[in-house]
Amino acid sequence: MTRFVVGRIGFYTLIALLLAFFTIPLLWLASAPFTSNPTYEVRMPDFTWENFEIILAHPYALGSLVNSLILAIGSAILVVVLSALAAYALSRVRLPGRDALLYALLLLSSIITGTAAMVPLFQLAIELGLIDSHTGLILIMTGGLLPAAIFMIKDFMDTTPKSYEESARVFGASPLQIVRHVVVPVVRPGLATIAVWTIANVWGNFLMPYLLLSDVEKQPAAVIMYTLYTEGGQANLKVLSTFGLLYSVPVVLMYLFVSKKYGFRFHGGIKR
Amino acid sequence: MVRNRSRGVVAVLAAGALALAGCGQSSGDGGEDGAIELTITQNAIAGGKNAAAADHIANWVIPKFEEAQKAQGKNVTVKFIPSGVDDEQYKTKLSLDLKSGKGADVMDIDGIWAGEFAEAGYIKPLSEVAGPEADSWEGWQQIPEAVQGLATYNGQKYALPIGTDGRVLYFNKTLFAKAGLPADWQPASWQEILDAGEKLKASGVQVPIQINAGTAMGEATTMQGVLPLLAGAGGEVQQDGKWTGASQPLKDVLGLYQKIYGGSGLGDPRLQQEAKGRDKSFQQFAEGKVGILLEGDYFWRGVVNPKTGIAPMADREEVVGYAKIPAIEPGKGIRGQDFVSMSGGALRTLNPNSKHPKEAFELLAFTLSAEALKEETKDGNVRITPRNDVNKEILSGEPLLSYISEEVLPLTAYRPPVAVYPQVSVALQEATAAVVGGTAADQAAAEYQQKLEGIVGGADNVAS
Amino acid sequence: MALTTSPPDPKALDAAPARGYSSDAAGLGRLRAGAFVAPALALIAVFLVFPALWVIYLGLMNYRLTGIAAAEPGFVGLDNYLKALSDPGFWNSTVLTFQFVLGSAVIGQAVLGFTLAWLMRNRRGTLKSVVEGIVILAWILPSAVVAFLWVALLDRDSGTLNALLGIPGFAWLLDYPMLSIIVFNTWRGTAFSMMLYGAALGNVPPSHLESARLAGASGLQQLRDVVFPHIRGHILTNLLLISLWTFNDFGPFLLTAGGPENKTEILAVYVYKTALQAGDLGYGAAISTIILLINLVVAIFYLRLLRSRK
Repeated sequence: MTRFVVGRIGFYTLIALLLAFFTIPLLWLASAPFTSNPTYEVRMPDFTWENFEIILAHPYALGSLVNSLILAIGSAILVVVLSALAAYALSRVRLPGRDALLYALLLLSSIITGTAAMVPLFQLAIELGLIDSHTGLILIMTGGLLPAAIFMIKDFMDTTPKSYEESARVFGASPLQIVRHVVVPVVRPGLATIAVWTIANVWGNFLMPYLLLSDVEKQPAAVIMYTLYTEGGQANLKVLSTFGLLYSVPVVLMYLFVSKKYGFRFHGGIKR
Repeated sequence: MVRNRSRGVVAVLAAGALALAGCGQSSGDGGEDGAIELTITQNAIAGGKNAAAADHIANWVIPKFEEAQKAQGKNVTVKFIPSGVDDEQYKTKLSLDLKSGKGADVMDIDGIWAGEFAEAGYIKPLSEVAGPEADSWEGWQQIPEAVQGLATYNGQKYALPIGTDGRVLYFNKTLFAKAGLPADWQPASWQEILDAGEKLKASGVQVPIQINAGTAMGEATTMQGVLPLLAGAGGEVQQDGKWTGASQPLKDVLGLYQKIYGGSGLGDPRLQQEAKGRDKSFQQFAEGKVGILLEGDYFWRGVVNPKTGIAPMADREEVVGYAKIPAIEPGKGIRGQDFVSMSGGALRTLNPNSKHPKEAFELLAFTLSAEALKEETKDGNVRITPRNDVNKEILSGEPLLSYISEEVLPLTAYRPPVAVYPQVSVALQEATAAVVGGTAADQAAAEYQQKLEGIVGGADNVAS
Repeated sequence: MALTTSPPDPKALDAAPARGYSSDAAGLGRLRAGAFVAPALALIAVFLVFPALWVIYLGLMNYRLTGIAAAEPGFVGLDNYLKALSDPGFWNSTVLTFQFVLGSAVIGQAVLGFTLAWLMRNRRGTLKSVVEGIVILAWILPSAVVAFLWVALLDRDSGTLNALLGIPGFAWLLDYPMLSIIVFNTWRGTAFSMMLYGAALGNVPPSHLESARLAGASGLQQLRDVVFPHIRGHILTNLLLISLWTFNDFGPFLLTAGGPENKTEILAVYVYKTALQAGDLGYGAAISTIILLINLVVAIFYLRLLRSRK
């Protein structure tokens, strides 16, 4: 009994510590936007809306959030659909050189997300006429994220039981129907995770949108965030904290939406 | 049927991915019935970085210019492409655009980029792009020789200068009074700066002297630290085509850093290492914790500006004093000067790929007409313009800017506008970082020379 | 774009029925499997493989963003690589990167993520949602925002941490820069490991754990003998991905700018400084290729370590 109590206390202490570790850094975002003259110090805000009024009057702030949504959702759909199809096929059918190919692509994807790839990607976008278009940016970012997405989902599909698929096949369902109606429901939480992972990645990407989009009306929030500095590069915390909050809210809402609607874990809890 | 459909979807997806990749923009810019479209870009954006400049272009320059063109019977529309990010990122984007034959017709660049852009073929001499009217522009007569030099590379003018700036020593008169120092302080040598620092320290000032050092502050360390001091010690970073290595002037500069940051308590070495150290130095100056600070006129206009500053000081006019940067000893600065400074400045130039270079030049010249500059610097946006005629008028009510324009600019020097300069600059920053971290000045200078040889292509290009 | 109007792929029509692959439960067959993979592969080929090979090629040039070398880049063979190998800055960055990956990914994220997943494994309800939600929040917030949060947390004069601990003036980012960015990145990325291990633990048959407990196995013994063998594959996936991502992570730059005195200049920051700030694109590309090779070695190491006994 005492052991049980000690165990309980230990458990809740540990949870409390971990929660504190993950929560304390977030406090600034909850206080600075509502403070008249925010500094890096976290203090009780005086609950002003002035900072939000400045952002609402900003010519590009809200539009940039819409652009971020377009880019993030577009990429998420493309990544989820393409990686699910590919991962399923790779999981179920032994294509020659499958594993080596996957690892090679995964490694190459790290090069593409680095700074050094900006010239090839820019020139490629020029050659393909994809400069200054959301579509082009979505395709480029999708290409970079796909290998890791396939890798994750395949790992996951490998462990799901195949018996449902076999029965569906007996009833004459086509492979695509099987994927849609049998496999996807089982792996749905995994797909949701991939979707949120994609959204978070695209949402934070600054360099590629900045280089590939010249029309400021098309720029996502990540780029606008970087413009809220002075001529000398000093941070304007008044607008940065406030826009930072507004910039964070949609991605959190999307997470909550996806999590509520599709579950949000790697696994649907299938027990063998 | 069901099976076919599934394959169809896949095929369409595959085709779609490639088709999306293949189609896209192909529309040329509208040349129908003589309509001319021009674009102009700056590292400025409404509601963000350099917002006033962006607003000026969008709300005044463009309508006025279009109107003026219409009066001449030309149908010209101008589009402003804002940016507003880090200078390096802006430079990267411009370079990529220009390399691909794209980019705006008129664009702003930092004066220091002129050489490397010209070498890369990204920009061409103005007269080559726009014709002889570029050389006969009325504004040239109004622009001082030194400022023209900013826009000149290999003897040819590649751009029009937009403005210039200068560096001085700022000091807090309140703290000075407490330390028994005069309100009209003007040190004549480095020793007098250190002496003032000692007095400030004795009177309890937290940071007596702030001279930027280290890599975290980036170019601010070079321009507001090493280079003005180097000029004061009689040295230049590049002289007669050779780069200066571990020369005596450089050792003197690093020696001064050592005196300030090497345990004397005259400066705060931690501040130089922090990622946001420069922001913090501004904040501390505004809070009355810094005695002496070496900065450019941006500090006055954009930092402690009571209205729009990032660290506003309501009593700026009364509290903030300024003095010229002295040479190590009188007469020992470059060109035998008693006082020195460093200046930079931005340029506005033409895209060699412009489809309408003549009209683009007209737009360029219009933005730097006396009328446009006066309009731009209205309402608290005063800065030092390139034109004497405009400066005479607008700077009269601005004590610091007049001071820089009249007293400092005649003494100033410029950075070498060559492609490797940014790397040399980083090496200089690293040398100061080493000294702040405890390395001896002579050794830091030797290490700098070694790095320098690697950067500029061997010891042959370095003089020590 | 209508998804259903295009004619079916003629090759796929002739696809032979599944050729007895036991795992091919849906009767996909190779050709149709190929058709499933094709769109993703096409996109990857155009927007990933092609530019990645281009980067590797650039690593053999003296290409620069501006200046003469931008107009007429020349082929320099392995010069960039030799330059890297003789540059103490590069070695410094490599060592720091290994510390960073080991500390923040392998130890920080993976261990903390597993701990969280283990603690939450049998729970439902509010506590679980709150804990998971907060951890995931740290993962999905944009890095530009997160950087401000951590500056505010660790600031010397007005930071939250110093205020909580009552040690004003303690310079975390200057005195313990590597520790700071390791903790930072642990905070940032633990969610992924937590979710992955959470799923993996859901896969461990409860009956096995039960019988182990009945046999008198302690918690640690259960972990080692029952849980670990079941989640070995997931550990591999997890370590592989988080190591790869952490190797290429640029986040610490926003916190420390690589300083003080390059003490946090990990390779991703080093590439950013050479390629973007100094405009030395050829050299930056070569370093990127070297990172790729290091990642390859690390991946092989993990595969050997965890797949060999399967």
